[in-house]
Amino acid sequence: MIQFTNVFKRYESGHEALQNVTFTLHEGEMAFLTGHSGAGKSTLLKLIMRMEVATRGHVTIDSLNLNNLARRHIPYLRRKIGVVFQDHQLLFDRSVYDNVALPLVIEGMNPQDIGKRVRAALDKVGLLSKEKLNPIMLSGGEQQRVGIARAVVNKPPILLADEPTGNLDPQLSAEIMQLFRQFNAVGVTVLIASHDLDLISRMGLRMMELSQGSLKQDGAYA
Amino acid sequence: MIGKRPGSSKPSGATFADRPRREAPPKAPARKPANRLRTGPDPRTQRPGSGNRPSGVGKAARFTAWRRHHLAMAADSLARLLAAPVGSLMTWAVIAIALSLPVALYVFLNNAQLVSSNWDGTAQISLYLQDNVRDDAGRRLTQELQLRPEIAETRYLSREQALAEFKEFSGFGEALSYLDDNPLPAVIIVRPSVIGVDAQQALVQQLQLLPEVEEAQLDLAWVKRLYHIMELGQRMITALGLLLGLAVLLVVGNTIRLAIENRRQEIVVVKLIGATDAFVRRPFLYTGIWYGLGGGIMAWLLINLSLFWLDGPVRSLASAYASDFSLIGLGLQDSLLLLFGSTLLGWIGAWIAVGRHLGKIEPR
Ligand SMILES: Nc1ncnc2c1ncn2[C@@H]1O[C@H](COP(=O)(O)OP(=O)(O)O)[C@@H](O)[C@H]1O
Ligand SMILES: [Mg+2]
Repeated sequence: MIQFTNVFKRYESGHEALQNVTFTLHEGEMAFLTGHSGAGKSTLLKLIMRMEVATRGHVTIDSLNLNNLARRHIPYLRRKIGVVFQDHQLLFDRSVYDNVALPLVIEGMNPQDIGKRVRAALDKVGLLSKEKLNPIMLSGGEQQRVGIARAVVNKPPILLADEPTGNLDPQLSAEIMQLFRQFNAVGVTVLIASHDLDLISRMGLRMMELSQGSLKQDGAYA
Repeated sequence: MIGKRPGSSKPSGATFADRPRREAPPKAPARKPANRLRTGPDPRTQRPGSGNRPSGVGKAARFTAWRRHHLAMAADSLARLLAAPVGSLMTWAVIAIALSLPVALYVFLNNAQLVSSNWDGTAQISLYLQDNVRDDAGRRLTQELQLRPEIAETRYLSREQALAEFKEFSGFGEALSYLDDNPLPAVIIVRPSVIGVDAQQALVQQLQLLPEVEEAQLDLAWVKRLYHIMELGQRMITALGLLLGLAVLLVVGNTIRLAIENRRQEIVVVKLIGATDAFVRRPFLYTGIWYGLGGGIMAWLLINLSLFWLDGPVRSLASAYASDFSLIGLGLQDSLLLLFGSTLLGWIGAWIAVGRHLGKIEPR
């Protein structure tokens, strides 16, 4: 469960990226975060990841208050959250397999189990045949799916995505969204930042709209 | 490479233990049965509500994983150094040169000490006898002293002999012949068998107490000079060691800083997906260890090659002085100390670099 209570975020530059944001995303729920560019979508996701800290108010994950989270506990928070980035943040010095295996290596899983999990995740995103390739040889859509495989390989209870379809054509975008729905269907809490209103409207899910850092609208897509 | 998997990856039939249904999911219900992704063989699920710690893996399993990562990082960081042999060799050479300077001085001093302690003519003690001690008493005392274990050799100079020697060596012979009286006392020349200024000084104090002796004097000039040179040498080793040890820290620190910079992207990504600081640090600490150990081994080789190269001439020189002296090198203990010290320096240098630069790399 993700809970924001009167959250403000002011960057060092003085810019108020979030203002008085309050919402609750329940366990197993799936929602979209929309808004114009610069509305604060990425900032909101970064607060959940504890890449940034709220200036005022509280961000709570599973009753864990992130404001008071000690630095040494941050890695364990992040292991519970799978993240998909617009620029997918893959490492081009290693294979697709090694990219997807990374979260499991970090957790210290033994190599046999890692093999099973990685192949299951790659199978899920339809890239099992490409595990040995370097991600640089893949298309944009495939790279994005590698990023998704890496985000879900350790079966995190929460999945975040920041503009995951930003660079993709509508067909690929729809496929990626279907993937997220499938993860949600098995109980993962999913929050996706996107300004692709067309796509979102067709999904018929909860939508939160940010405008100038404030939550302007929250509810099922009208 | 952080977390890079060695070996091949053969596809197996493994699939998601609990693969989600492929058909369209039901319309977003607010709540679903609690996180089914977490069921299955995952041992972590056995600890419910596992707060915020490394999820419920047992202690033994965590230790195995920790050791596995250590081994992997040790191997990986070494492989990286060997993959760029020119750069690594240069770093190793710089460390080796810095280390071999103080170590070479240390070896030289060891050898000098050995030479000087082998040298019998180091010191002599002059015992000036009281005026009232007669010649035969003086000779008897000379023979008695000869028997003491801390004395190697004694020689008696009567007043007349002393005068004769003085005339011969001083150049004042003419002037002395105008004196009615012989102003010189009888002397016993003592060559101590004990080594070291302190022991010899103690012997002088003992001899001074003899009733026949007016004054006992250690001819220190030579010994003292040598002793001071040795002490200077030792201090130079310490100063050089500290200075060049610092240089090694800086070299390793700077090299690791560049390595960190080169892997910035990788560090950001692994931090984003939950790597602990220790995990991120580990490959760089091992890099430092390898730099230190490699530099130490190279320094050891440098020293021993130089010794080998110098040993021939030193032997010839020694045989010209009818001595069978040959150079002593680094013993096993000193060698191990050198390797351990250099490894430690590499590790500390890496820690400094990691402490200064890794914290600044945070995902933004
Ligand atoms: N690190 C930062 N320092 C200062 N200002 C920032 C920083 N990150 C984002 N901002 C500003 O905060 C606002 C919200 O940014 P962001 O959350 O990235 O919006 P979105 O993802 O909706 O486009 C923008 O005006 C942006 O310029
Ligand atoms: Mg953004």
